[in-house]
Amino acid sequence: MSLTISRAFVDAIVEQSRAEYPDECCGVILGPIGSGRASRLKAMTNAAHSPTFYEFDPKDLLALYREVDDNDEEIVVIYHSHTETEAFPSRTDIAYAGEPGAHYVLVSSREEIAPAIEFRSYRIIDGVVTEEEVSITD
Amino acid sequence: MSIEVRIPTILRPFTKEQKAVAANGASLTALITDLDSQYPGIGDRLLENGALRRFINIYINDEDVRFLGGLDAQIKDGDSVTILPAVAGG
Repeated sequence: MSLTISRAFVDAIVEQSRAEYPDECCGVILGPIGSGRASRLKAMTNAAHSPTFYEFDPKDLLALYREVDDNDEEIVVIYHSHTETEAFPSRTDIAYAGEPGAHYVLVSSREEIAPAIEFRSYRIIDGVVTEEEVSITD
Repeated sequence: MSIEVRIPTILRPFTKEQKAVAANGASLTALITDLDSQYPGIGDRLLENGALRRFINIYINDEDVRFLGGLDAQIKDGDSVTILPAVAGG
């Protein structure tokens, strides 16, 4: 299992995490249904506006799923940032992970590691976290 | 009265992988009771101690049921119900 993602998307997510610091940022990358390909990035609003929690606004969430359905897409990646901890799923990330088919991407924007990028991807299925390789394409 | 209920991926193991199922009920409580009788166990994934789970979102048409009275929300013929797990974490 691995995630293939373009450099442009990695840069956009890192940029978003810095722009929204100290709050966590979040979003998705969509792709044609069944392809597993991360092809369209959509930044989402963190309705929690919090440095330790993120949540898609319930209205935005419904609109997102409708859009995905209408476009014959699927959610390939769900990403969010950690602002002070490493890019590893927290207990709440694991408890609320509701998309067994998605790659859960974590980026850390904590200052002590900047400008190095901590960008990691996981599968979270039935409470079990499996890290996977990230392959970045140009 | 038959209401279309859209089921998220994570709950499809309960519905034999069906994306949408039909259920009956004039209120959300009644609808969930009917869903659980057709697909045993699904009710537990929606409710906790008799209340809606915090990280499950249920919509009637375009509206979050939290703004429609929660479990008391009224459902009428032709409405559609969508269940989505929150996308959230820490």
